[in-house]
Amino acid sequence: MANALLDLPKTARKGEVIKITTLVSHLMETGYRREISGAVIPRLIIHTFTCRYDGEEVFRAELFPAMAANPLIAFSTIATKSGPISFTWVDDAGITLTESVDLVVTD
Amino acid sequence: MIEPYPLSRRSVLVQVAASFAFLATRPAFAEADETAQAIREFTGGAKITPGKVSIEVAPLVENGNSVALAVAVESPMTVDHHVKTIALFNEKNPQPQIARFHLSPRSGTSRVETRIRLATTQHITAIAQLSDGSFWSQEVEVIVTIAACTEE
Amino acid sequence: MLRLRIILTFLLGVVPGGAITRADDIAPKDRRSGFDMMSAETQAMQKNDLANPAMLWVREGEALWSTPPEGGGQACSGCHGEARISMKGVAARYPVFDASAGTAIDLAGKIQQCQVERQKASPWPRESKPLLSMSSYVGLQSRGTSIVPAHYKGTTEAASRGKALFNRRVGQLNLSCANCHDDNWGQKLGSAVIPQGHPTGYPIYRLEWQGMGSLQRRMRNCMTGVRAEPYAYGAPEWIELELYLMQRAAGLTLETPAVRP
Ligand code: HEC
Ligand code: HEC
Repeated sequence: MANALLDLPKTARKGEVIKITTLVSHLMETGYRREISGAVIPRLIIHTFTCRYDGEEVFRAELFPAMAANPLIAFSTIATKSGPISFTWVDDAGITLTESVDLVVTD
Repeated sequence: MIEPYPLSRRSVLVQVAASFAFLATRPAFAEADETAQAIREFTGGAKITPGKVSIEVAPLVENGNSVALAVAVESPMTVDHHVKTIALFNEKNPQPQIARFHLSPRSGTSRVETRIRLATTQHITAIAQLSDGSFWSQEVEVIVTIAACTEE
Repeated sequence: MLRLRIILTFLLGVVPGGAITRADDIAPKDRRSGFDMMSAETQAMQKNDLANPAMLWVREGEALWSTPPEGGGQACSGCHGEARISMKGVAARYPVFDASAGTAIDLAGKIQQCQVERQKASPWPRESKPLLSMSSYVGLQSRGTSIVPAHYKGTTEAASRGKALFNRRVGQLNLSCANCHDDNWGQKLGSAVIPQGHPTGYPIYRLEWQGMGSLQRRMRNCMTGVRAEPYAYGAPEWIELELYLMQRAAGLTLETPAVRP
């Protein structure tokens, strides 16, 4: 798991709904493909994605092999107060990627 | 399959296309009851009512490896009335689950976008669990065409 | 695998050889990027940088640009400064003639050359993630510029060898690149539309690969598609073909990093 691209506004008014788009590089190996030798390539996918903001988990996704490679997930949240919004992806190998973006919330 | 007369290139291509049409209808991997089973696991056997959920997806896609899809649920998204979970299921991939998205009143909207894999032409079902415990659904069909000149 | 074998067997069965007339080259006014032949959804994926997975590679290339190589050499940025300025337009005129090598060199080859000669580092292998990332990052700096008419000094001969390769029938199916990309573009092969075969978007994110790949990888797929043995990565034939493809695409806009089905 290498890197992620995040798209969300830098500032928002309190109570405004903001859209967050996340894109992360990951093969999302399904566990259903085979090598030329016939050996099954073991499953290696991101199984959980979470977004935390203002003291709480505001969004979580459980993912399965039917998610496309380099997963894109877009969702929304209500701007409550200024602070970091953090994003965490966890894969089958136990590797965790966390990114954080600061949102400035005005009254 | 040798033709008795030379074909023009164009008709060769038409015939290749015909062979693809045959392939597209080959039997699929997963069983419909596996999907039904996975859905039952998600709802705990509760009644599912068609409605409130809408899936936005192209009816025909060029490549099943990456199919853009959005789901939205009719809901005021308040503390009292909101969407708790949206689950996506497929019919003919090796495994029926696609994803489960957990929302909350802090979501503001109930719209989620993602990209999924579809092994072949099939139905996709989105089921939403609302905060009152009810389940709502929509099902759509996506036709998956196949890329040419792939690796091996 | 099965899918391809069936389509190929089928083609083999119906191509008795001969009886195929060659159309003319595509007139400049009829030149169209493969982008135009994609579905609206795939186009949308390319047009929006936040939805285009290729941007993950670009971002990695950007990070590598200012990372010094192992062994104490300078980072690319140490000599080239901001890529936005120094690399603008570069990808739109490659491959070029390389005097030191005495032959044509493509952009990826040029990056490798800088690694070896200027950074005293070992080059990233062809098709490796860092080389694709750097090629995408350098390529992006030319996005929106026109492919410059391909009359490079010293490359004319290589380009005409490329044209000969493009028109040469190869493989068990005995088809040339031109049979599909000049004579039958816009037609369907299976459910895929045959594009004109322009190198406007490379490296590309191909949905079929679920990842990034070079023009050479794309051309390899076409060669294995007609059951021909593809050249090795980096082989002069690929550079010659690329030179001809760039000539053939003169005036089209560079789209790197493109998305293709
Ligand atoms: C020590 C200085 C130095 C470093 C470090 C260096 N280069 Fe270069 N590079 C040059 C010089 C000088 C040229 C022009 C002469 C030539 O073509 O060889 C050049 C040419 C190029 C060109 C061709 C530009 C054109 O207009 O045709 C590319 C592309 C390039 N470098 C990419 C890179 C990349 C990518 C890196 C890092 C991996 C890098 N270089 C590192 C000195 C350097
Ligand atoms: C049997 C027909 C056929 C032959 C022969 C063929 N190709 Fe292709 N080529 C295709 C198809 C079909 C695609 C698009 C693939 C898809 O969308 O699945 C393609 C795609 C391409 C592309 C990508 C264009 C873009 O928009 O990115 C290039 C470049 C290309 N071919 C070059 C070549 C070269 C060079 C040769 C000869 C070595 C060749 N092709 C031979 C059918 C062919």
